[in-house]
Amino acid sequence: MTSRRIIFIAGSAIYLTSAAPSPRVDDAALMADAPAKDFAEYGLFLDAAMSKPAPRVVKYGLNTPLFSDHADKARYIYVPDGTALSYDGEGLLAFPVGSAMVKHFGFTRADGSLDMIETRLLVKKADGWAAYPYVWDAGDTAAALKKVGAKVQVAGRDDAGAPIALDWRVPNVNQCKGCHAVDGELMPIGPKARNLNGMFEGETNLSRLASLGMLTGVPADVPAMPSWDDETASIEGRARAYLDVNCGHCHNPAGPASNSGMFLTWETPEGANLGINKGPVAAGRGSGGRRVGIAPGKPDHSILLFRMESTEPGVMMPELARTQRHDRGVELVRQWIAGIE
Amino acid sequence: MTTYQIAAAALLLAATPLAAKTFHITPSDEAQETIQLALIEAEPGDVVHLSAGTYALDDGLSLDVDGVTVRGDGPDATILSFKGQTGAGEGLLVTSDRVLLTGFAIEDTRGDAIKAKGSDRLTFDNLRAEWTNGPDAKNGAYGFYPVESTNILIQNSEVIACSDAGIYVGQSDNIVVRNNRVHQNVAGIEIENSTHADVYGNFAFHNTGGILVFDLPDLPMVGGHSTRIYDNVIVNNDTPNFASPGNIVAGVPQGLGIMVMANRNVHIFNNFLDGNSSAHVMIVGYTQEFTDERYNPLARDVVVRDNVMARGGYDPKFDGGAALAAALGGAIPDVMWDGSAAFMRGDAKIEEAARMSFDAPAVSLNLAVAGADVADAQPSMASARASIAEPAPVMLPEDQPGMTAKPQLAMAD
Repeated sequence: MTSRRIIFIAGSAIYLTSAAPSPRVDDAALMADAPAKDFAEYGLFLDAAMSKPAPRVVKYGLNTPLFSDHADKARYIYVPDGTALSYDGEGLLAFPVGSAMVKHFGFTRADGSLDMIETRLLVKKADGWAAYPYVWDAGDTAAALKKVGAKVQVAGRDDAGAPIALDWRVPNVNQCKGCHAVDGELMPIGPKARNLNGMFEGETNLSRLASLGMLTGVPADVPAMPSWDDETASIEGRARAYLDVNCGHCHNPAGPASNSGMFLTWETPEGANLGINKGPVAAGRGSGGRRVGIAPGKPDHSILLFRMESTEPGVMMPELARTQRHDRGVELVRQWIAGIE
Repeated sequence: MTTYQIAAAALLLAATPLAAKTFHITPSDEAQETIQLALIEAEPGDVVHLSAGTYALDDGLSLDVDGVTVRGDGPDATILSFKGQTGAGEGLLVTSDRVLLTGFAIEDTRGDAIKAKGSDRLTFDNLRAEWTNGPDAKNGAYGFYPVESTNILIQNSEVIACSDAGIYVGQSDNIVVRNNRVHQNVAGIEIENSTHADVYGNFAFHNTGGILVFDLPDLPMVGGHSTRIYDNVIVNNDTPNFASPGNIVAGVPQGLGIMVMANRNVHIFNNFLDGNSSAHVMIVGYTQEFTDERYNPLARDVVVRDNVMARGGYDPKFDGGAALAAALGGAIPDVMWDGSAAFMRGDAKIEEAARMSFDAPAVSLNLAVAGADVADAQPSMASARASIAEPAPVMLPEDQPGMTAKPQLAMAD
């Protein structure tokens, strides 16, 4: 049967699609108690390489992304028909039940395609978010559920173009929560309005989602967090954005590192809870013999920088999902601390 | 892919929601994945059984399912070795409720051995956490580390060679730590920013300091109070401090029995202390600057009574200790209190007369404000006999895991 659908979007554009049958995301598979064993079962993409998103699956970018051992990522948001995201302040967007988020991890090949390592899926079910890791086979033909995580040898290039090889750790479902927890409940991290509020592939993420009818309630002026590598922005803004994205998901009053009393979110005012002149609590040898989290003007006396520079388990921060040192991130935070009076 | 087997009887009953399963696991090259998968797939009521043997693990394990028991065949038989650990901050992380951990050892983790966060009704029983190389600044910080948790029972276990505290309970409420052996750690047992703790029947020896009760500023939970330390044997805590500088325990002098810092309503009784060369009992304020409006840095409402305190204080390792001992006839008395009755919050001086009760020889340093230099002390023997009500015994819930397996020991008093 051939179907012809006319979709009106924001009253301004008319798209005509012709398909047989029209592809759609398998909402039942997403909402099922047990996750699909093969990522393809969700129907979130039109192609086997999972690069052409299905309708209502929208690619987005972040002003400042999490550092993930120099891997490249592709991110997508899915919102079911008849529902929409809603703006809820500069933080996380509000997601309707049935939403999903997809993040591919890989290293970009010479032809621009992604040599896939893993794909992580976040699904908002009636009782909250669930997270599932999928690991790609060597030929990138399929991604299989791997609840227990995996260790994969990968090779790629760092952000200076130098070749790197590493043992990539796919998190297990508990480790997902090691970062994605707010008061013990699994939550998305990335799609905060301030971090989405930037240009991505020719348009801002927020206006793209809104024009597709997938996001409502966006006010005229949304705060924006700078891109960590935007040299026209202030060092402080860039460093605080970097810390928010790379540390703030744990280091916040409701996060997995709440007990540290060190909060590295964008909202944290400058003071003891940002780590300034604050002694460690449970750092152990992670303190590196340094006495405070952030010593104003003295990066090399700051525990924060010591732990960012380390790649040693038990010392390095973040604890999960990093085996490489991010030199440019370290340098940015170093400059910021050096300039604090 | 998976090598665990589900007990046959339980499998037949798998359709029944109440059928508890046992995941039997034996050592193998895939132990990391096998154990972790069991910890993920277990359901409330299930047991993850780790058979005797040594499990070589290279990444942290984690449990986020309520009502699970992780059971080994004994702390000298079932050994989880993290000598080759390359990821995660701890050996085992527990983030769920009503969990019993019993009968296994965790060795040589790169960070903490077992951490629990936000857990309720968690029992550590008959476990061992050890760094097999002995005291070393590169060892993990804590052996058993419940934080932001409630109803914590830690019993019949052993912790050896932590670079911070062997048993550390932080920002938690309703805590029983009993009948453990802690040795060669910087601190044997530490109760920090926590409320309602009973610490009894423990044997703390050859640590830098035996048992600490602290409170620190700038944490989500401040204002620790109501801890009872009784019936413990705290002897020969003579290991040089090997903590990383910057950590609060790096300031614990070698040879300390019990230390109370910035905490309230701490009762120390019926303990035996001997061979603690700096001091048997030290009661002090927090010494560093702070601005936290919620925080009181003074030690207050501390009772020391009916302890047996043998030789101690004969070689004090804290700043000014030697001169103080000399001035007091050669040794620090059984109890040393900083005697401060005021503190600074930012630039504001706040006066508060701390109440104390000591039945043993005690010296007060009479510091003008908490944190003042010991060199400026005006020491005098202290006769403190305030009437300070003892906290009620800590009552754990009836369904505390592991409570029915072992009869609760009679409390001596």
